[in-house]
Parts: sequence; C-alpha cells; structure tokens
Amino acid sequence: MQNILEITDLEIDIPMKDGILNAVRGVSFSIEKGKTLCLVGESGSGKSLTALSIIGLLPPKAIRRVSSAVFDGQEISRLGERSMQDLRGRAIGVIFQDPMMAFNPTMTIGRQLEEVYLRHIARDGRKAREKALDLLRKVGVTQPENRLSQYPHELSGGLRQRAMIAMALMCEPSLLIADEPTTALDVTMQVQVLALLRKIQCEFGVSILFITHDLGVVAGVADRVAVMKSGQIVESGGVNEILLAPQMDYTRALIAAIPKVRPLEDRAAVHAMTQRSEAAHV
Amino acid sequence: MSKSSSTPRTIALETAAVTREFPVKGKKTPFTAVDRVSLRLYEGQSLALVGESGSGKTTLSRMMLGLLAPTQGDVQVFGRDISTYSRLELARIVQPVFQDPYASLNPRKRLHEVISMPLRVFSSPSRDEIRSRVEELLRHVDLPASFAERFPHELSGGQRQRVAIARALINRPKVLVCDEPTSALDVSVQAQILELLKALRAEFGLSYLIVTHNIGVVSELSDSVAVMYHGKILEEGPVASVLSNPANDYTRQLLTAVLPIDPEKARSAIDAAMTSL
Repeated sequence: MQNILEITDLEIDIPMKDGILNAVRGVSFSIEKGKTLCLVGESGSGKSLTALSIIGLLPPKAIRRVSSAVFDGQEISRLGERSMQDLRGRAIGVIFQDPMMAFNPTMTIGRQLEEVYLRHIARDGRKAREKALDLLRKVGVTQPENRLSQYPHELSGGLRQRAMIAMALMCEPSLLIADEPTTALDVTMQVQVLALLRKIQCEFGVSILFITHDLGVVAGVADRVAVMKSGQIVESGGVNEILLAPQMDYTRALIAAIPKVRPLEDRAAVHAMTQRSEAAHV
Repeated sequence: MSKSSSTPRTIALETAAVTREFPVKGKKTPFTAVDRVSLRLYEGQSLALVGESGSGKTTLSRMMLGLLAPTQGDVQVFGRDISTYSRLELARIVQPVFQDPYASLNPRKRLHEVISMPLRVFSSPSRDEIRSRVEELLRHVDLPASFAERFPHELSGGQRQRVAIARALINRPKVLVCDEPTSALDVSVQAQILELLKALRAEFGLSYLIVTHNIGVVSELSDSVAVMYHGKILEEGPVASVLSNPANDYTRQLLTAVLPIDPEKARSAIDAAMTSL
C-alpha cells in the first residue's frame, strides 16, 4: 500500500522569553492512502503544531527542521510560500475545531466556498457555484441554495462544521487534516459529523490526519494511532493494538482517565447493583 | 450514596414549574428557554442536568443560582423563595463553579486575593485569618501553600479549576452549582477534578447541581440525573436506572452517541449513524 504522506524526523522549536521550547522532537509518521491516522495527546503535546507544520501554517517565530516530508511522492519540506499556497486547500484540505474562526464573518458561505475553487481550479463562477451546491448537499446541509447567501453566524454549530467540511472538499483533496473537528459539537452531532467524514472517505478515497484528544473518537475513526506526549510520539500502531493492548504507561493512563459510562449492554449488571444497594437500605 | 428513605430529607434547591423566556428581536413571541421545569435537589445529593447546547440547562442553573429571574414559577432555596434572599445571603449558601477557569479568575490578582475575596465581602478578617483560611482551602484542593502568591496565568487549567473550587468553598456553602466543571480540561486532568469534587462533597457535606453534556461525568459524580431537551425535562431518576434503562428515546440517543473506547463498538455506532445521513 502506498503512503500519501511520510514525515521523517520533524522538530519544531519555539523561542520563548526564557529559552527555547522544543515543542516537537523527532516525530516521524506516515499515512496510507485512503486511511485515517489519529494523532492523540493532551493539550500542549504538540499534535496541532505537527499537523500545522505539514501545510506551512506554523506561528511565524516557530523554527522547523525536518529530514523529509513527502506528500504524494513529492518532497514538500522545502517548498516556498507560493507553492505551499497551491498545495493548501487544493491537494490538502483542512478542517479546524472552531468553524466560527475558520470562516470570514463578513463573507457569505457561498462566496467562501467558491473562492477556493476559483483560486485553485478555474476562474469559472458558474462551475464554482455548482460545485459548492453539490458539496453542501453531499455533507447534508439543508436548503443548500439558501445557505450560499447566508453568513457564518446565521448557521448553527453543526451546519457551520458541515459547511467547513464542504469547503475543505472543494478541490477534491487527497489528504484531509482534521484538527479536533468535533470537539466543539454536542455528542449527538459529533457522531453525525464522524459518520459524514467516513462517508466522504469511502466516496472520495481521501486520507485523513485526524487530531483529537478523545479516545472514543479515535476508536471510531482511526486505522492507525500515534500517541503524543511532550512533543514526542510515545507509542504508535493499529487502532486495536493501541486501545485494547497499549504497551506504554502513558497510553494506559490516558485510557484509564476517561470517566466510565456504564454501557447499555451492562444493563443487567447495573440493575443487579442498584437492587443490592436498595436492599442494603431496607 | 443514596440516603435511607426512612429519614426525611431536606430540599436544598427546588424549582416549581419554572419558566424563562427571552425576547427575540423582530418577533412577537418570545423564545422559551426553560419550560415549566420542576426539579428538586435534596441536601447531600448530587443531581446532574444533561442535555445538548441550547437545551436550557445553563439558563435553568442560572435561575437556581439567583443570577436570572424566572418569567414564571418559583425557585426555593432551603424552603424559602429565592427572591427573599439578599445577594450576600444567597452567596453564603449557593456558589458557582464555571466551565472556563481561564475566564473565571481575575488575571490581575494574586491567588490569595482571588480565593479570599468571598471572605472579605462578608467581614473584615485580619491578615493572619485570611492567610490561614486560604492555606486551609489550598490544602483541601491539593495545591501547595506557596501558590497563594502566584497569579492565575502561572497555573495550568486543572490548577486554575482547583483555585475556582477553593474560592467557591471558602465560606462553606451548602450547594455548589457546577456548569461543565471539566469540559475545558484535558482528560487526565478531568479525572483528577472529578476525584476532587467527589472527595470535597464528603468533606464539606455539599450538595451538587452538575450541568454537563458529558455522560461520563454524570455517572462518576451524580446520584440522579435529569435529561433536558428544548427547555423541558424529558426524564429524571437515579443515575443507574436512567443510564441503564432509559425510558425516553432522546436519552437513548444521547447514550448511544457516547463512543466507547472499543474500536469495534465505536465503529458500529458510527456506521449506524451513516445510515441516517
């Protein structure tokens, strides 16, 4: 199986007032075509910086060193800003956590979606509009015709997130970087957006780099998992290995930290437990 | 943790058919955020209010804190109408812990000032008195005494939430209203704050109203749960029975939406959602 992305020895330093922060240290990973890699870790572990560095969106003062970054067979680590812009939004789509921040509040949804197409594919307004409509429909946005002329604030959180996914797909990218795409959503909406991403993956064959701190989400979407801590990958492997048989203490601790919900299947056990505690009070 | 049914229980907070409407610009009919909700929080109990954003759970909790007046119905605090309490009186009994510890602490004050603020509102304690109370509270929330001299920005999110809890407890209130107390924190830190809240409940004999959308938090921290949707309570009962045997479709939906750590189960939950796309 071919890899869409191969990152070798990524280092990111951020100069601070009192020295240099080694935010990412010797990170290497690859993503197979059509598969999903989850980058898991707590805040400050360097997972977002790692993802942003791929598309050249690091904070200006950050210093990046990387042995190689190969995207779809092409070395992209030494691309200039101009070539990076061509890549971004076209071959690599990005979905951020907070769609309110990702959209320009003063432009209609339609104009922002069309702009991606006009910038990268062709200066054909009619085709851009058709593409935008088609994608809004595909991601399950209701009344897509009306949405095109609406502003971001007029949409609910779930709809805005869907619109952003549509925007990321305007140029049919081969890699989608999703940085905590469901963290700002309600649980019921989260499952729908995850299902939508899976549908898109099946339909377009897109590979996904999925950044999250939620291990339930990892369990649902990942093919492979890399666990990050303090700028390093501490453990990586297939989703079953990592979640069901973690080798590292840190991964185990992350899993153990999740508050347990007694699942529906354990109904009988819980029922027995409550009866016991009720009996104790009689 | 449920008390024996033979002892009569004191009701700490109670709402009786409480309704809150908000005017909507350009519309004649107002928006009903909370719709005739009747709830009881018994003394020593921990009640969770769950629902998605926009369900009205925060509006309801704000009315129970006395921060918002109901449009209709009333709120009682230990058997007395909430409107008959002065702000100070109420603050001694009911205290809030908010979601975002980055926003709830004054960035320009040292932590001993932040934590002792409620103390100084009620009386003029001496400097030594303040110091010893602040140190006592820091100990309760497992922070070193040296933190008293620090500023909020020097602390991590979890440490800040501990400070917010210390501040809420310094006047020894009877009820804490926690609005998403762990949502802004990392999972490992979430677990620590949940443990802390559990321990403090016993130490201080507190009652909790927990507002959350996280079912995990509900099962860790609460005795009973009320499920809210579109301003109404759909279902209410002991946590074990509501979570294991939900009577309402929406509750069931909310429970199945929580993805388990087991890849096979999590994938099939998403697959099920795909069919309804």
